Amino acid sequence: MESLTTRAGMWFALLVIALVAAALGHDFGFSAQMTIVAVAAVVGLWWTLTGSKIDALGNWRRPVGSETDYDDDPVRWGVIATLFWGIAGLAAGLFIALQLAFPQLNFEPYLNFGRVRPLHTSAVIFAFGGNALIASSFYVVQRTCRARLALPGLARFVFWGYQLFIVLAAVGYLLGVTQSKEYAEPEWHVDWWLTIVWVAYLVVFVATIIKRKEPHIYVANWFYLAFILTVAMLHVVNNLDMPVSVLGSRSYPLFGGVQGALVQWWYGHNAVGFFLTAGFLAMMYYFVPKQAERPIFSYRLSIIHFWSLIFLYIWAGPHHLHYTALPDWAQTLGMVFSIMLWMPSWGGMINGLLTLNGAWDKIRTDPIIRMMVWALAFYGMSTFEGPMLSIKWVNSMSHYTDWTIGHVHSGALGWNGMITFAVLYYLAPRLWGRERLYSLRMVNWHFWLATIGIVFYAASLWVAGMMQGYMWREYGADGYLVNSFAETVAAMWPMYVARAFGGLLYLAGAIIMVVNIWLTIAGKQRDEKPLTSPAYNPAADRPLVSQPAA
Amino acid sequence: MSWHSTYEFLRHMADSWGLLAMTLVFLTLALWPFRPGAREHNNRAATMIFEDRENGQ
Amino acid sequence: MTDNTPKDLLSGHARLERNVTLLGAVALVVVAIGGIVEIAPLFWIDNTIEKVEGMRPYTPLEQAGRDIYVREGCYTCHSQMIRPFRDEVERYGHYSLAAESMYDHPFQWGSKRTGPDLARVGGRYSDAWHVQHLANPQSVVPESVMPQYGFLSETPLEFEYVGDHLTALSRVGVPYTDEQIEQARQDVLGQADPGTPAGDLATRYPGAQARDFDGNPDLISEMDALVAYLQVLGTMVDVDAAAAQEDLARETGR
Repeated sequence: MESLTTRAGMWFALLVIALVAAALGHDFGFSAQMTIVAVAAVVGLWWTLTGSKIDALGNWRRPVGSETDYDDDPVRWGVIATLFWGIAGLAAGLFIALQLAFPQLNFEPYLNFGRVRPLHTSAVIFAFGGNALIASSFYVVQRTCRARLALPGLARFVFWGYQLFIVLAAVGYLLGVTQSKEYAEPEWHVDWWLTIVWVAYLVVFVATIIKRKEPHIYVANWFYLAFILTVAMLHVVNNLDMPVSVLGSRSYPLFGGVQGALVQWWYGHNAVGFFLTAGFLAMMYYFVPKQAERPIFSYRLSIIHFWSLIFLYIWAGPHHLHYTALPDWAQTLGMVFSIMLWMPSWGGMINGLLTLNGAWDKIRTDPIIRMMVWALAFYGMSTFEGPMLSIKWVNSMSHYTDWTIGHVHSGALGWNGMITFAVLYYLAPRLWGRERLYSLRMVNWHFWLATIGIVFYAASLWVAGMMQGYMWREYGADGYLVNSFAETVAAMWPMYVARAFGGLLYLAGAIIMVVNIWLTIAGKQRDEKPLTSPAYNPAADRPLVSQPAA
Repeated sequence: MSWHSTYEFLRHMADSWGLLAMTLVFLTLALWPFRPGAREHNNRAATMIFEDRENGQ
Repeated sequence: MTDNTPKDLLSGHARLERNVTLLGAVALVVVAIGGIVEIAPLFWIDNTIEKVEGMRPYTPLEQAGRDIYVREGCYTCHSQMIRPFRDEVERYGHYSLAAESMYDHPFQWGSKRTGPDLARVGGRYSDAWHVQHLANPQSVVPESVMPQYGFLSETPLEFEYVGDHLTALSRVGVPYTDEQIEQARQDVLGQADPGTPAGDLATRYPGAQARDFDGNPDLISEMDALVAYLQVLGTMVDVDAAAAQEDLARETGR
């Protein structure tokens, strides 16, 4: 009873603080965000007082489990949140892609490109990717440690606190609350909230590892740990801000000019390196072997992969600042380390792909494996393209063009998207106790829509990027620049339309996934013909690799 | 030490002994997991994820 | 097989694989190295911290305009960093110096040119062109894909707390004097309102231009502030002056 009073009191205190802050706020954006916090506090208070189990909704149609089961409620919620934010983020992306082809689609001030673009990037990276990482890490850490989640209450705080962070950031962007630092747009108060949530995440993760029953810490957990720790470091250092007022959203970053640029890209590139790479590699190291029913190709290679990847990645930031006012030596260091990074990246890709040695047949029979293989192939492609673009000579042409955007998307759509979809397909039947997915044929459809979508997207932006790069620097025989800037913009139009079409296909695939997983959760199974006409051949699919005698 | 001579010194190290030392450290670290004594340990670690029930301990 | 053989316990990495604190600590050290080596020197190296003749902090009005530039996410399509290539220098002007963004918190170098670079857009177009272009870009440049920003003309500039903004900036290292902070509100009026005398504005901010930027003398709008900011971009340093040239010679390798 006492704890109930305490908890209700805390919610009430938060409610009062948020309301006061909303009333006294210096700007509309800040007041709106504080109102959202107040609403969240009311919901929390209501749940505390009525004794409702917050998990009940996420447990919709879940089979009854036992006490010794792993604590999968936050994972189930995480799967649902990943699906939701995935669609939201992709739809926002399609919208801004269309805005570039049809500028009439800008609706001032709230839906102008400059405000929606951070909404898209944050929604896909931090909302979709972040929820997938948190959910999968909670799933993997319990199974590899053979221990229930430590601190279940805190784990739920991590999940819901993270959703609040996303909503606050997203509403802020549309209302003009932004620092305009790429991938670090949220303002100081939202940054502080994320810091609290992130530290809680670290505590839950590490505490679960500490209470493990398995002496060895599996490699996936190293990657998750490096991802959580490094993102904490990057986030805190890059968001050292001086607020104008504690009652306003505006702040000024501690680092400005050249220093600000390097700190920002040290953060920005390692948001890619640790959020979108290390964290997703953790997924690969658990889910690819599980789905293939084979251990990882080389555990030793994974050790080298881990240390070399985390050591090299952090140096690569300056390649975003080639030929700028950043000192030359820093640019060169960034370039050299970016090129070296190619090695661990491909080492990791090879480690994942060769896990399928002896089971290549599954690429044909199992669309989930096919998605994983495709994700690794795209990972290999974009980690080759990245080092290439970081060479100063190439970068002099490609920087500031759409080639960069194409590169990012071949990684994001191909690697992060595909591996996440595969993991969601893996998790859904297991988390809700279903025999299988609603439909494997729909997974197949999703696979092809996504693949063709990526091809349209990446190919059109490669062309667009090179066209921009060469048109900007084209000289005529008279020694003058040939193209005005406006002419280069006009030349982009067909490419921008093709890119938006690719995005549409990718979004359509994701919607099919949502339907498929929704019906899987509902317990339905589609009556369908098997995917391949030749029956599954057990002889071609050899069992688990030979093990040393016990 | 002036800024210039610090730079010269670091530059010289980076081109000679520093480079050699880093190469040796790199090779040692990269080959370390492949020493024969670690084989069983690594096989056991790699197959550990299959020794588990899906939903419980 | 048991993996608790003494040999395993002696081997270094096996210990890391069993101790999460150690693993976390070592991983953190490994990821910290690169950042420290690359970032720390920037706070001591001359050409990244040196002031160049002509650089001054933004006036309160220009800073308010910069805040609008930041708020609207202009960096998503416009860079403010001219690279030292023949085509860029001919298209946009002299390449950017490190010192020119020394008072920029946050920096707005950008990474994408859906639209042109703005590092030296100041003084290239008239105020009236900017106002019309911002309100309806396609009416001036038919090929443009830029969104419309007509609402800026109708939105009164919020500058009640402009002094607090300058105070916050001075705390992160922009050298605003106490006088500049005290006079901040007055300086907004002096610079943008034709009915208010500019006073000592030009002494506090050498080269600052005072006029009605948005063509509407009855309202100090967000458009006034944004245009004032755009018109000062890249104009503070006379890049052809001897002092700037000397500084440029030291920025090697570009």
